Amino acid sequence: MGVRFELKDAAGSQSVNWNLTPIKTGKKARALALGLFLIGGALLLLGLAVGSTGVESLRPLWSQGDAQAAMARQIVWDIRLPRTLGAWGAGALLGLAGAVAQGLFRNPLADPYLLGSASGASLGVAAALALMGGAGGMLGASGAAVAVSVYSGHWLVRLGLTGAAFVGAVVAVLLTLALARGVQHTLRLLLAGVVVGVVLGACTSMILLLSPDSLQAMQGFLLGSTGFVGWTACLLLLAVWLPCLLAAGALARALDALALGEATAHSLGLPLAWLRAALVALLALATGTAVAQTGLIAFVGLAAPHLVRAAVSVTHGRLMWLASLMGGALLAAADLLARGLLAPQELPVGVLTAVLGGGYLLWLMHRRQAAGGSL
Amino acid sequence: MDLTLPSGRWTSIVGPNGAGKSTLLKVLAGLLAVRSGSVQLLGRDLHGWSRRERARRLAWLGQNEAAADDLCVYDLAMLGRLPHQGWMQPASPADHAAVEQALRTTQAWDWRERPLSQLSGGERQRVLLARALAVQAQVLLMDEPLANLDPPHQADWLHSVRALVAQGRTVVSVLHEISLALQADDVVIVAGGRLLHHGRAEDGATHRALEAVFDQRIAIHPVAGQWLALPRL
Repeated sequence: MGVRFELKDAAGSQSVNWNLTPIKTGKKARALALGLFLIGGALLLLGLAVGSTGVESLRPLWSQGDAQAAMARQIVWDIRLPRTLGAWGAGALLGLAGAVAQGLFRNPLADPYLLGSASGASLGVAAALALMGGAGGMLGASGAAVAVSVYSGHWLVRLGLTGAAFVGAVVAVLLTLALARGVQHTLRLLLAGVVVGVVLGACTSMILLLSPDSLQAMQGFLLGSTGFVGWTACLLLLAVWLPCLLAAGALARALDALALGEATAHSLGLPLAWLRAALVALLALATGTAVAQTGLIAFVGLAAPHLVRAAVSVTHGRLMWLASLMGGALLAAADLLARGLLAPQELPVGVLTAVLGGGYLLWLMHRRQAAGGSL
Repeated sequence: MDLTLPSGRWTSIVGPNGAGKSTLLKVLAGLLAVRSGSVQLLGRDLHGWSRRERARRLAWLGQNEAAADDLCVYDLAMLGRLPHQGWMQPASPADHAAVEQALRTTQAWDWRERPLSQLSGGERQRVLLARALAVQAQVLLMDEPLANLDPPHQADWLHSVRALVAQGRTVVSVLHEISLALQADDVVIVAGGRLLHHGRAEDGATHRALEAVFDQRIAIHPVAGQWLALPRL
């Protein structure tokens, strides 16, 4: 059913069409989920074929017994597959964290980095780089020339940086919680997150100033990159993603009720303090894991839930799944573009997500404003 | 303040701006803790009830309740069934029946699939009211439930409250519109955080107390079998 309003004037006729058709939200959400899943699968296959020379044929994989096939297999299996899958996993975690953050803070502009996790992870990495830079002489003396950089493939460096980022993220979130004196007051939590972000950001700048050697290495982390995701990181991302998604699904009804305001949520018999603590823990775990593996990737966590909401009106239960699948597809696509756009040069994927995600959000905002709505 | 609200009746809380009407209602709902004294619900201390038990017996509709724009009307009304549902448990046929009944009562059933962002202020208010009705609680607390409602829907709201009271439910509402408040069974008048008067809506003493609390700036007249508060100009 549609209603057509005719507004006629001397210049002719103009019509406004308000579509009042009820939306079959369940069907639409399922179709979107299926679509995003298929897109994710397609990107994964494509990701196996995109390399330093652009899109390559995968045929050498099946040629029998020569060294070329072995190398092709190694490139696809050890580099491209974990990297593509890892990009999807990191995006899925960020999309999920974004949906949780926006529901928890009841603010559509909330993003997963709000609780200070991003600045904490940066500080952790900066400190680790500065320390390892100092220890570089020792490593060099023992004959193993280890280039200390976030792009480094050496497992010791990777493990150290990942661990430092994760510890930094968790400590920053705990600091935010301590400053906000718990999770009871959303606004205080938000402000504490901002304060922690600024202060830790200043500490990071200070460390970089004192050890300029790590500046370039640090840049890779700040820009965000999927280039150094190996099998360990990939499996870690996926292993954290699944329980986080299930936990978010279990907490989703509480987010729906919280959207009606704290008083109403309380009157519905929800244990708010406990639920908030669980949601903050979920947010910290999902964000910390993603940031530790891929650096600061901008906009995926903010944009993924918005893109879902632009398509369907859903409860948080469905939003968690859809935002997660959307985030995965976004980052996997951005990873492909980062590899293929200027091949053999590689763009930092965070730069791409910032440009594309920001542009798309702006367009969405304009479209909604033009339609008379608000973002 | 010592106040006993009888069950099976509709009580209106009125008073000047800043008198503490909403605060009193929040204390009754257990949303604000009392520094001294106690609040009892159905003869038992409010904090003696478990969260879920209390939520099943006491429904709350707040003033300017934030609304989840992304939820569709049906899903929003279903939130009223949370106290009746187990964690992660899907909605039962009884839940669906309660939601349908609540949405039909507030005439919001036709938009059940529309997101809240597409509704006007008055339409939203009816959906939020349906959410509170869906709880099917023994006691219903409402803060300015008639905000944004047009006269026909105000009349519908009065009918639904009458029907609830006829079923033995207790309704307590904060209303700033005195004429509507006088439609209730009982009126509680508060000012400056104190209880000034508690009496039947049709009593002369209640009317005199109302005129006094508003500095004699209103006069209460009987018109067509109802009480009407008019400004004294």
